[in-house]
Amino acid sequence: MARIDLEHIRHAYGAAPKSADDYALKEVHHVWRDGGAYALLGPSGCGKTTLLNIISGLITPSEGRILFDGQDVTQLAPEDRNIAQVFQFPVVYDTMTVADNLAFPLRNRGMNEADVQKRVRETIEMLDLGAHANRKAQRLTADLKQKISLGRGLVRQDVNAILFDEPLTVIDPHMKWQLRSQLKLVHKQFGHTMVYVTHDQTEALTFADTVVVMYGGEIVQIGTPQELFERPSHTFVGYFIGSPGMNVLPVQADGAGVRLGSHHIPLPKPVGASAGEKIELGVRPEHVRVGREGMAARVSKVEDVGRQKIVRFSLEGQEVVAVLKEDETVPAEPHLSFSPEGIGIYADSWRIGGGSR
Amino acid sequence: MNKTWNNRAWFMVLPVLLIVALNAVIPLMTVVNYSVQETFGNNLFFFEGTKWFEEVLASERFHAALGRQIIFTMTILAIQIPLGVIIALAMPKSGVWASVCLVLMALPLLIPWNVVGAMWNIFALPDIGLLGYGLNWLGFSYNFTQEAGDAWFTIILMDVWHWTSLVVLLAYAGLQSIDNAYYQAARIDGASTWSVFRHIQLPKMKNVLIIAVLLRFMDSFMIYTEPFVLTGGGPGNSTTLLSIDLVKAALGEFNLGIAAAMSIIYFLMTLLVCWVFYTYTMKGDEA
Amino acid sequence: MSAHSAGIARFKWLIPATYILFLMLPIYWLLNMSFKTTNEILAGFSWWPSDFTVDSYVIILTDPTWYMGYVNAIIYVTLNTVISVAFALPAAYAFSRYRFLGDNYAFSRYRFLGDKHLFFWLLTNRMAPPAVFALPFLQLYSALGLFDTHIAVALAHCLFNIPLAVWILEGFMSGVPKEIDETAYVDGYSFPKFFVKIFMPLIASGIGVTAFFCFMFSWVEMLLAKTLTSVAAKPIVATMTRTASTSGYELGLLAAAGVLTIIPGAIVIYFVRNYIAKGFALGRV
Repeated sequence: MARIDLEHIRHAYGAAPKSADDYALKEVHHVWRDGGAYALLGPSGCGKTTLLNIISGLITPSEGRILFDGQDVTQLAPEDRNIAQVFQFPVVYDTMTVADNLAFPLRNRGMNEADVQKRVRETIEMLDLGAHANRKAQRLTADLKQKISLGRGLVRQDVNAILFDEPLTVIDPHMKWQLRSQLKLVHKQFGHTMVYVTHDQTEALTFADTVVVMYGGEIVQIGTPQELFERPSHTFVGYFIGSPGMNVLPVQADGAGVRLGSHHIPLPKPVGASAGEKIELGVRPEHVRVGREGMAARVSKVEDVGRQKIVRFSLEGQEVVAVLKEDETVPAEPHLSFSPEGIGIYADSWRIGGGSR
Repeated sequence: MNKTWNNRAWFMVLPVLLIVALNAVIPLMTVVNYSVQETFGNNLFFFEGTKWFEEVLASERFHAALGRQIIFTMTILAIQIPLGVIIALAMPKSGVWASVCLVLMALPLLIPWNVVGAMWNIFALPDIGLLGYGLNWLGFSYNFTQEAGDAWFTIILMDVWHWTSLVVLLAYAGLQSIDNAYYQAARIDGASTWSVFRHIQLPKMKNVLIIAVLLRFMDSFMIYTEPFVLTGGGPGNSTTLLSIDLVKAALGEFNLGIAAAMSIIYFLMTLLVCWVFYTYTMKGDEA
Repeated sequence: MSAHSAGIARFKWLIPATYILFLMLPIYWLLNMSFKTTNEILAGFSWWPSDFTVDSYVIILTDPTWYMGYVNAIIYVTLNTVISVAFALPAAYAFSRYRFLGDNYAFSRYRFLGDKHLFFWLLTNRMAPPAVFALPFLQLYSALGLFDTHIAVALAHCLFNIPLAVWILEGFMSGVPKEIDETAYVDGYSFPKFFVKIFMPLIASGIGVTAFFCFMFSWVEMLLAKTLTSVAAKPIVATMTRTASTSGYELGLLAAAGVLTIIPGAIVIYFVRNYIAKGFALGRV
């Protein structure tokens, strides 16, 4: 178990990168605390797997250092970093039994056989694999194989971190939930530092206590699920997290507020954007109020999704989505207003201010 | 599946069955026919029962040829399979050099078999061949037309030259199918190079290696053209492998009954060995 | 692994490089001989031709008894490739899509068992020693009135090429989901139209690999080809044996003829280089 320091890390796959766009991973500089459960969330190609592989040592970054508990491991090979990794497709050694699979990393490290047996027994119990312990790993189902992959990490008590690379992709939906709860349990019990890569926001938000959102090769926000939801620091986060995503509307700075078409929206302080920057207002559908006051809008579509309604409005030519409770009704001439605490102002996609405070 | 479809399936397979019947069944029946009859020319045949089979099985000459054949086949298998696997492991995984390797390695497989024999004859001649001249220059006394040991060395080297690439290409195809995650997981687990080979690469190559062993066993067991062109079975009878012996009996001595009986015994032996090997190695996968 | 094996890995290329060098040496020697005059060959060992000549090639390419050998071989090899692929396509489709060999060997339910028998059937056709089967072949094709024709050799080579073609094609076809067939029927395609317009393009690389293997095994075989021909369809490899046995000292000519037999193979390999590895695993890795 270890704290992970990522110091000014950048990575390019090609040799001699020139512009910032040549980097698959733009500068990352963060400290991840010991025992944290982190999720790296982002669409495919955002650099999250690259970052994971830099932590595991499968990739050496073009620039920067990585430290485990203050010790520089940048140049160390994966086997010397004392980490465990679970891959997208279950990796098991087909010719070995489940127990031998679990014993494999220990035997490779020359642990004496009595201790190996003890650790394997404990791990089998922890993961509830007792029924399969002496079977060949080849014919097991994907979720059992994935448990074995995880087990090969857990069996080494002292691993610095356990890394997951979209581990639930090939698992049946009903097993996903089970496996994920088992993961949380293991994390609570043993407090390993865990890093979990996924493109599925539900997985990320339920697994992690800290979510790292990546987009276009850089980290756009690190925070708790709640922070990501309430104060997205980048329009991408607003759009990617939450369903439906945040409304992002182009606006102009206007005195102590912004102007949206013909409407003025007051803000606690003037927008501090420099000239030429694209200014946008972000507001989550949950913070759009529908009533008889505010900006006149037109209903373009209503979707009933069980206990709530998703209503799409047309406001000054922009689409604005609002979430209403099942029993709420839309007035004949609807007007929209935004809760001040739900408003975020973005300059060139980055948050520069909000509606409250 | 409904019945109409089944009928169409048979219809689609029919041309293949016909052509295989023409090529495999009729000649096989002819050979079986020879093997139980005696002829004195003029197309007069007499039924002889199992006489030829008894004669062949009791003959010193057959035992000797069979012995040589077994030694030859075992030797080339023992060299080609491990060597092919080692080369496949050392090959680049992708890129231009992988293509270059594949193209150059496949080349011997596309050379007509008697050209292989002729080429190695020229290559091994003690006076003007690179191999023969080179060995003598290095101080080895080498002449494959005179010395049985040298002749053996040459036909085995020739077969290794000719066929190792088949094993390489099969093993390489097996290795290509291994997802990179396996190698990464193995590194993280601290596996040694040997463990990676033993627990990841070898299991993934198992099926293609079975194909490789079977093909090499069968083809080497009936090898004829290349050693015939290279040594003609000599010096003496030292490199007279089964097929060469068969042709000597059939065409040289026109002893069709013996030759036919020999080839049937030999066909059955190949069939038996292959079946046992195949069934045994595939057993684990059937459950 | 790490440092130790990284050191080894740096020299790993030496293994394939050495092997390829070993493969090239006899071929180089054949080339070397083919450009020498008979006198120079008989004069003794030399690394390269000092009296460079293309006479041997000129003789082969101007004398019909020589060059017709190539033409004949190309004709029957092409015929064989076309026949093998054309016959094997529907059969392979039947094996990959339908159940018809009895329920025990049901191809879809016990896939591997079905494959196993199909594969073994292929192998048995390669197990018969052609050295002895040559004679019955000669009788058979003489009785059919096909002796010394291209089609006779092409048909005879089907003995080992058709089962091989079925096997490889079946592997590739099984990789195409069955839903594609069903969708096409729903869209109103007739079976032949579906097969030619939709299915064959999907397995184009498989057909290419199959054709390559048929070409290869027909091209390298010489015992049946030699037995079934005398003049009109005699292949180059048979012409060569004549030279080798009757006038033993025409080594230059023999070498040049040998070099020319390598060229078609080399060309074919070049075209399928990206499929070789997969093809050799017969679509079944």
